[in-house]
Amino acid sequence: MEPLLRAENVAKRFESGGAFGSRQEVRALAGVTFSIFPRTTLAVVGPSGSGKSTLALCLACLEPVSSGRIWFARTEVTALDAEGQRAIRPSIQMVFQDPASSLNPRMSALELVSEPLNIHKRFDKPERRDRACDLLQRVGLPREKAAHRPDEFSGGQRQRIAIARALALEPKLLILDEALSALDCSVQAQMANLLIDLQASLGLTYVFITHDLAMAAHLADEIAVMERGQMVEMGAAWSVVNAPQHAVTRRLLLAAPGVCHSALEPQAV
Amino acid sequence: MTPLLDVQNLRVSYTARSGQSSTALANVSFALQPGETLGVLGESGSGKSTLAAALLRLLPANGRIERGAIYFEGQDLLRATPRELEKIRGDRLALIFQEPSLALHPAIRVAEQIADVIAAHKSFARRAVREHAQQILAAVFPSEVKRIGNSYPHQLSGGQRARVLIAQAISCGPSLIVADEPTASLDPETQQEILALFRALRQKFDLSVIWITHNPLLLEGFADRVLVCYAGRVVETGPASSVLSSPRHPYTQALLRCLPPSTERGLANHKQCLPVIPGEAFVSVAAAEGCRCRFEPRCMERMVICTEREPEMIQLNSTHGASCFKHVD
Repeated sequence: MEPLLRAENVAKRFESGGAFGSRQEVRALAGVTFSIFPRTTLAVVGPSGSGKSTLALCLACLEPVSSGRIWFARTEVTALDAEGQRAIRPSIQMVFQDPASSLNPRMSALELVSEPLNIHKRFDKPERRDRACDLLQRVGLPREKAAHRPDEFSGGQRQRIAIARALALEPKLLILDEALSALDCSVQAQMANLLIDLQASLGLTYVFITHDLAMAAHLADEIAVMERGQMVEMGAAWSVVNAPQHAVTRRLLLAAPGVCHSALEPQAV
Repeated sequence: MTPLLDVQNLRVSYTARSGQSSTALANVSFALQPGETLGVLGESGSGKSTLAAALLRLLPANGRIERGAIYFEGQDLLRATPRELEKIRGDRLALIFQEPSLALHPAIRVAEQIADVIAAHKSFARRAVREHAQQILAAVFPSEVKRIGNSYPHQLSGGQRARVLIAQAISCGPSLIVADEPTASLDPETQQEILALFRALRQKFDLSVIWITHNPLLLEGFADRVLVCYAGRVVETGPASSVLSSPRHPYTQALLRCLPPSTERGLANHKQCLPVIPGEAFVSVAAAEGCRCRFEPRCMERMVICTEREPEMIQLNSTHGASCFKHVD
């Protein structure tokens, strides 16, 4: 099977400062190589500042890479011009951590979900409306609340709107950047179930960026561990949490509440 | 032993702009012994942050303590004058806020922000204040104390800012610290570091701690006792080990079941749906006062009586209690 997305040696450098000649270069990503297969979930874990979110932005074509190449399906996205990237973006959608700040507070749930269809001029007006309604129902929001604005919803419901919006353009790949982190435990469980359900019914592929190793182990087929812009370990979710190879992974497992620590005890090999 | 803090029948309500009043906390009673750590566990809307603010009498203008008593070191805080309160807050009783980036002044070096707290409560000379601030910083930072003291908040990481807030809280040697989700915005590794720091400080300064959180996993091995809140009520209370490992209230049971399984168990139901609490916490809060159990609309074990009255706290044994009719004989 061919991978849906492939990254080869991706690097990203940011320049900071510079106002007084103190230009500094920050290496956010270096030598990142991996593939994701269709209908699977790749969890990306790592401490704060390890480059997880930068990677998400590069994969979503929202930040240009400094070097390296990214393929989506058979297209090399990093070689595309602005026009070409615009055409590919609908297939790669993102859901952010805080729905309170990622959703326009002055738009209704229905408007928020149909906006991507307006922007990309898909379908005619009544059809957009119908599709948006269907999507809201799909993610488990009551139909009668379609006209409500984000502040009339709870945190979990807002994140459902964000997911419905991301699904509007029928993407193949969904990048979830800490999408569950801000939610209560009981709501996280509801959202995790929704993600599992959507993946099975729509054939979605997920990049699931998180701090939460227990949730990563539950949702992901593969886990990639990042530190200082590099992918230090990647493998089947099962083997990463039960037989961690890299020191960073061990450290993350030790810190993770609720993850079984037996894998970390000295092995009798 | 007289408790350090004794909260009796606390009831807090907020008045909306429309004049409508809603109860955020009702019938909250608990006591805290010196040196004890109490974990307050609750999700959004459970009233846990209201509890933190009420304990220090720092409710917003539309919040009101309607009933109850808060005895701290033998003094009734609800009868204290504003001057007396000013002396207690920050000195004997300190609060750590949720968002370290908002709680610090962005344009003052952190050592000075700690010195300000000390200067407000102690009549030290300026030099002594500065020295004391340095000592406190050294207690919370393992290294680079000088550099960090001279930094502005934006130059520090989230974990370092959390440490600065802790330094402020302990600077005057309080007997009780109320910490409102101090680690919510930190990554798990930094969370564990902050918890470890608290463990050390608790011993060193003989502190009592009220640790408010939405994450039950953070309380394991950290809190001595746990208070579980749902929709403004205390639904369960008891020793942390027994509440977290054998919860007795249907809400606590459902909440703990929601957590993603630990990895050993998890492999069997990898990518399978997790058990959830049906419904939204939001909706059930609207239930009318006193005439039904607040959790009843989402409860899997509901009985007829649950819609008729509100359950009272039932002592299951000398330390563990749950407010649920299923424990009534």
